[in-house]
Formats: sequence, C-alpha cells, structure tokens
Amino acid sequence: MNILLETVSVPTLPMVWFLLVAVLWLGFFFLEGFDFGVAMLIPVLGKNDRDRRVVVNTIGPVWDGNEVWLLTAGGAMFAAFPGWYASLFSGLYLPLLLVLVGLILRGVAFEYRSKHPGTRFRAMLDWFAIVGSFLPSLVFGVGFANFVIGLANDGLLWNGSFWGLFGPFALLGGVMLVVLFLVHGSAFIALKTKGHIHERAEAFGGRVGFGAAVLVALYVISQNVFYPATSEFGDFSLAAWAAGIVAILAIVGATLMIRKGRDGWGFILTGTTVLTLFIGMFLRMYGNLGFAQDESRPVEERLNIITAASSDTTLTIMTWAAVIFVPIVLAYQSWSYWVFSRRISTKNIPEEVSAVA
Amino acid sequence: MDAVTLARWQFGITTVYHFLFVPITIAMSMLVAVLQTMWVRTGKDAYLRLTKFFGKLFLINFALGVVTGIVQEFQFGMNWSEYSRFVGDVFGAPLALEALLAFFLESTFIGLWIFGWDKLPKKLHLLAIYMAAIGTMVSAIFILAANSWMQNPVGTVFNNGRAELDGVEGFLEVLTNPVFLVTFPHVIASSYMVAGGLMAGIAGWHLAKIRRDGEQRPGDTGGYRSAVRLGAWVMLAASVVTVITGDLQSKAMTQVQPMKMAAAEALFDTERNAPFSILTIGNLDGTEEVFAIKVPGLLSILSGHEEVKGINDLREEYETQGFRQFDGSQTSIQAQYAEELAANYPGLDPMPIVPVSYWTFRLMIGLGMIGAAIALFTLWMTRKDQLPAPSRLWTWAMFAMPLLPLFAISFGWIFTEMGRQPWIVAGVMPTAAGVSPTASPAEVLFSMVVYTLIYGGLAVIEVWLFLKYAKAGLPDVAPVELQTDPDAPMTFAY
Repeated sequence: MNILLETVSVPTLPMVWFLLVAVLWLGFFFLEGFDFGVAMLIPVLGKNDRDRRVVVNTIGPVWDGNEVWLLTAGGAMFAAFPGWYASLFSGLYLPLLLVLVGLILRGVAFEYRSKHPGTRFRAMLDWFAIVGSFLPSLVFGVGFANFVIGLANDGLLWNGSFWGLFGPFALLGGVMLVVLFLVHGSAFIALKTKGHIHERAEAFGGRVGFGAAVLVALYVISQNVFYPATSEFGDFSLAAWAAGIVAILAIVGATLMIRKGRDGWGFILTGTTVLTLFIGMFLRMYGNLGFAQDESRPVEERLNIITAASSDTTLTIMTWAAVIFVPIVLAYQSWSYWVFSRRISTKNIPEEVSAVA
Repeated sequence: MDAVTLARWQFGITTVYHFLFVPITIAMSMLVAVLQTMWVRTGKDAYLRLTKFFGKLFLINFALGVVTGIVQEFQFGMNWSEYSRFVGDVFGAPLALEALLAFFLESTFIGLWIFGWDKLPKKLHLLAIYMAAIGTMVSAIFILAANSWMQNPVGTVFNNGRAELDGVEGFLEVLTNPVFLVTFPHVIASSYMVAGGLMAGIAGWHLAKIRRDGEQRPGDTGGYRSAVRLGAWVMLAASVVTVITGDLQSKAMTQVQPMKMAAAEALFDTERNAPFSILTIGNLDGTEEVFAIKVPGLLSILSGHEEVKGINDLREEYETQGFRQFDGSQTSIQAQYAEELAANYPGLDPMPIVPVSYWTFRLMIGLGMIGAAIALFTLWMTRKDQLPAPSRLWTWAMFAMPLLPLFAISFGWIFTEMGRQPWIVAGVMPTAAGVSPTASPAEVLFSMVVYTLIYGGLAVIEVWLFLKYAKAGLPDVAPVELQTDPDAPMTFAY
C-alpha cells in the first residue's frame, strides 16, 4: 500500500456540502431508524389490536416529519452533487424502487389504519407497515455497504451488475441494519410507553440487543479491515475505527441499559450506535461518494466529490438556505416531540377505531 | 417501446396521478383552517363539525399526495439521470429547498394538528393547520419555479458542459421567471376551484338527501348550507382568477414558447387577427387543417399579438435560426448552447403532437368553464333559504363540481408538458437526451407496472374511504379541552 498518498485538495464548498448531505442522512437514519423498527415490531409486541395501536401511535404524530429527512437528503444531493444523484439513482434503479414501494406502503398504512374498523383491513395495513419498513431498512443496509466497497463505474455511470450488489459484506450490512433498527425501535417504544407494551419492548431490546451488538461488531471490523477509510482524498482510517468502536460500545451499553430499565439511556445509546456507524461509513465515502476510484485516471475524469459538485453559486445559495432553515426545522421538530412526550399505554387508546377527527 | 417513451409514460402516469391529490391538499388545507378559525372565533359547534368533517376528507386525500410525492423527487435521478446531471445546478436547488422549507413544515405541523386537539391550546392548534397550509403553498412555489424554468430557462449559462446558475442574479431570475409569476397564481386558483367544488358538492349532495329523507341531526342543514355557499363562492371567485391568470399565461407562453401556442390552436400558418378555434379537424398526422369553426380575431387577443405565428412558419424558423422566442430573442443558455444542440441533434422537429396539445387545451378550458357554471347554478339553487330539491340533475352537478376542475387541471398539465415537446428544457435540451442510459427498458417497464398496480390499488382504497366519510356526513363532536389526565384516551389515535 502506498503510505504517502497523493492528497487531492477538495474545494471548501463541496466539502461543506458533503458534510451537510451526511448530516441529513444521519438525521434520517437516527429518526426513521426507530420508525422502521417500531413498525417492524408491530407483530412482535402487539398481540391484539389494542396493543398494536399503542405501538403504532408511539410514532403516529412524528413519522412523516422523520421521513422528510430522506427527501431533504435526496434533494440536497440533487442540488449540491447532481452527478452523484444522477449516477446513483439511475444506477441502483431496482433497489431504489424497492425503497419507494416500501415508503408508499408504510405511509398509507399509518394514515389509513384508523379509517375503517374492519380487522382484515387493519391487518392488511399492518403488513403494509411491516413490509414497508423492512424493505427500506434492508436495502439501505445493503446499499451503504456497497458504497463502502465502492460502486463499479466507468467514470460517469454505474456499470456493475445487479447481483453483484449482494456480496457477503453487503448482506451482512442489510441484516445488521434491520436488526439494529429493531433494537433502536424497541428502545424508542420502551421510552414512549408504559404497561405491558413497555415491558415487552424492554424484554425484546434486552435480548436482541446482544445480537445487534455481534452484527455491528462484525460489520465495523470487516469495514475497517477490508475497506479502510483512506484514499488520496485523505486518511480517515483512525477516525473511522474510532467511530466504529464507539458504535460497538454504544450498542452493548444500550442493551445493558435496556435490561436495567434505563429507557432514556437505552435510546440515546442505540441512537449513538446508528449515528457513529454511519459516520464511519461516510468517512470512507469522503471524496469518492461511494464510487470506486480508478486512480490511474486524473481526478477530474472520475465520478467524485469534485466532478459531481454544483457550481459555487448554487452551493453558496444552498449554504445560506441551510444555515437559516436547518436550525428552524430542528427547533419546531424538537418542539413537536416535546408536545407528544407523554408515555402512552393501552389506557390511552380510544374505544372507537375509526374516530371522527 | 424504447426507454425514452417508457420513461415519459411513467413520468406522465405518476405525475398526473400525484397531481390529483395536490390541488385538494393545497386549497382544502386552507379552507379547513378558515373553518377552524370560525370555530375558534365564535365557539359554535357547527364550525367545529365542519372542520372535523372536511379535515378528515382532507387527510384521506393528503396521505396519498405525500406517498406519491416521494416517487416524484426520486424519479428525476432514476429515469432522467442525464437531465439531472445537465440541469442539477439550476433545477436541483428548488427541489432541495422545497424539501427543507415546505415538506418539513407540512409534515411536522400536520402531525401536530391531527394529534394535538387535546394537547395544544386552541390558538396554537389552529396555527398548526395554517403552518401546514402555508407549507403546501411554499411547496408549490418551488416546484412551479422549477417547472417554469423548463418552459423558459432564464438566469442560466452554459458552462462546464452543463447548465449553471448565472450567479445569484441568475437564481433571482429563476424565482421571478415571467412564466412562473403567472403559473403560480393559475395553479393555486385552479386548486381552489377543485377544493371549493368538493366542499360545495359534498354539502349540496347532503342537503338534497336531507330534503328527500326528511331527517337530520340538529344543525345539519345549517352546517351544509354554510359549506355549500362557502364552497361555491370560493369556486366561483377562483374561476375568475383562473381565467385572468390563464390569459396572462397564454401571453407569456406565446412569447417564450410560440410553438406551444400554435399547437394549442392547431394554427398552421401565420395569421394576422388570428381566430380562436372552436373545432379544428386536421389530417391524420395532424400537420394540416381539413375543417374548422373559428371565432375571428380571438387568438390574437389571447396571445397579445396581432400576428400569431403558425406551426409551419415556426418549423421553418427553427431550421434556419434555431430556437427563438416570439420576438426572435433567446435566453442566454438557449443562445450559448445553440451550436452544440444543432451539432448533436440535427434535424430535430420542434413540433409537439398537435392533436394532443389542441384537445387538452380545449378540455382544460371547457371543463373548467362548465365547472364554474355549476358553481353559479349551485349558488342560485341555494339562494336565501332555499334547499335544493333532490333530482338526478342535482346529484350529477354535485359530483361534477369538483371532478370537472380536477380533470381540467390534469389536462392543463398534460397540455403544458406535452406542448413543451420535443424539449425537456425549452430550446436547450431535447427530451430524448435526458433519459438514464443505465436504466434498461425492461427495468422502466417493470417499475411502471409496479407503480400502476400499487397506485391502482391505493386509488380503490382512497375513493372507498373518501366516499364512506363523505356519506357519513357531519360528525358529532365532543367539547375540545386540554387533557391533563395521563391515562385518558387520546382524542385521536391511528
């Protein structure tokens, strides 16, 4: 290996926007991560309709706002790195289709399950929510593992094979993310409920948490051993190791906290795992944007942070918009969590299924 | 079929479907906010019942608008990667800003509104629905600015082999694009036609039912009467704005896309005092006029020019001078890119499919006008204390009142987008150049089948739920109070 890497200097604005795009994805995985987990846990924690309603209503008022982080991340990639957005979304066409199908099904499931009392109708929509949360979790896990590996490309467009996306590391990524979101979701439910749903969520998190820890550890170690975060764009391998180790420690800590009934800590630590895990992956993606770099060609002739970026004008305008509006969004979104901060139980579920309002 | 055709069909299907829910979301959110304001001001149960009734119908519609909107944002990258790559510097920013400024606002405050009845003080809860309604309009601002740029690519230079913003001034030009300035009020006003018609249609249907069955819950007649009057007035006022802005739009369109106007009129040869066609029948490939009924001079008035250029002359002009606006000018990128365009796409025919442009233009205007007439008829039938008599005509009118403007909007969009062809960015990028090289026709076809099946199934569920709640009528309401008991049932739960 070449120790003295030729370091490419990345202009400031694309660097800032890579950071912002990463922040948006992190926000999405932190928030929608537990949303996905909560919905996948509907059949696990909910033995009857009333139980299931408690589970769904922990995220009822907030799931839609959480999903917007993904739309904003996608929009930011389009605006700041059109080359990234274009090549990635057209290349991974079928996986993205699966994500979209999932998101459509789960969105409808939440909004419509209270609109008709029929048990078959509600059972169908619950399966929409479960499948619609499982698919994106799995695809994002597989997808980001492929970004870590580096997507095959001809310098502009993806040219890999569809089945090539499902190597062992990628499959590990998919399974790992599904299980991690299940634990993250159970920690959120434990924090947001009381009564027997609360106990079931704790029992689930305290048990499956160790499984998640094993998977996260396997993923982090293989990532940093086989795909170290070092390239001509800079050497971040130590930082990536550090982030990965924090992720492992946090998920172990989260599991222990959930077992002790410390719900707040449990949730903060599963969240920390999600964040540090993806920080580790974005460190690896810095510069190359998740695309393999043919270093025999000059940087300007490859798909990367420099060639995919928008003009300084656009990036400057977008930076101003982000500086002003991201704090505002964070403020009102946090406020909405505060408004709905009370724990709920089966007692809070109204008798009537299709309520008027 | 090739990938371009399939990708176009997919965009058309998913976008028209998505836009069935958008107008109702934009305008109904505001009408519900107005009803709730009346309740907060007067404290009358009647307004609370109306708020909850139309609020519920709004939410059933909103859900599908949200989930189908996700497809829209990702579709540019999936099916139109080369378009995205070429224009992302200009076109991506409005989309990102839409998500950041509008989607967060809508989705967060809709959640607060749905679940917040017993958790927020009345005025704060009212603010939530206003924030959501404002969010829908901010969303329309950015998406229409982006679309208007495709019709008239201002503020843009050809640089680094792609379209780039011409400095911060360029961005301001995109946001003050003359096409955008007239399109925005046109779309918003036509959305109010649909929502007003929906409100009036449902309430009017109930009024006739009450008169037929002779039974009702206390306050029903009064409630439906307020709704039918409010809805029909909104629709009528919105129709006036729609017509005025539509006229301004046709003048702007004649200037920046003269071919679109010529195709809308099936006007083949340049004419002074050009007539407006009531019915023109062309030959089979739509390149020549066979038979026509026309109103003399009207097109010249609509387009704002005495002499209106015809399709044949515009084609000739394109062959010799490249893409030109009505007055012969070009935007900076149209001028800078002309040479590259001519070299890469020699022999490009600048003509859209004339029958499609011609008929969608007429259907848009015609259906909208009939809708407005029904609103007027409804106001007449419910004047003073009159109640409409149940009849087949009345039922048809009540169903048609929201559906006609809704279809008119669909035809309007099909006209706008099909009339822009063969361009994806007018005068700069041909549609065929924008498609994704890596998405195979099989993949695009497969995804189209998947979307169609899911969208079809969802449409069935949506219409069924919508009719169920519309028929159920005004709900009974409990007093709205802040809940302090942690074990009390929620006012609303999924």
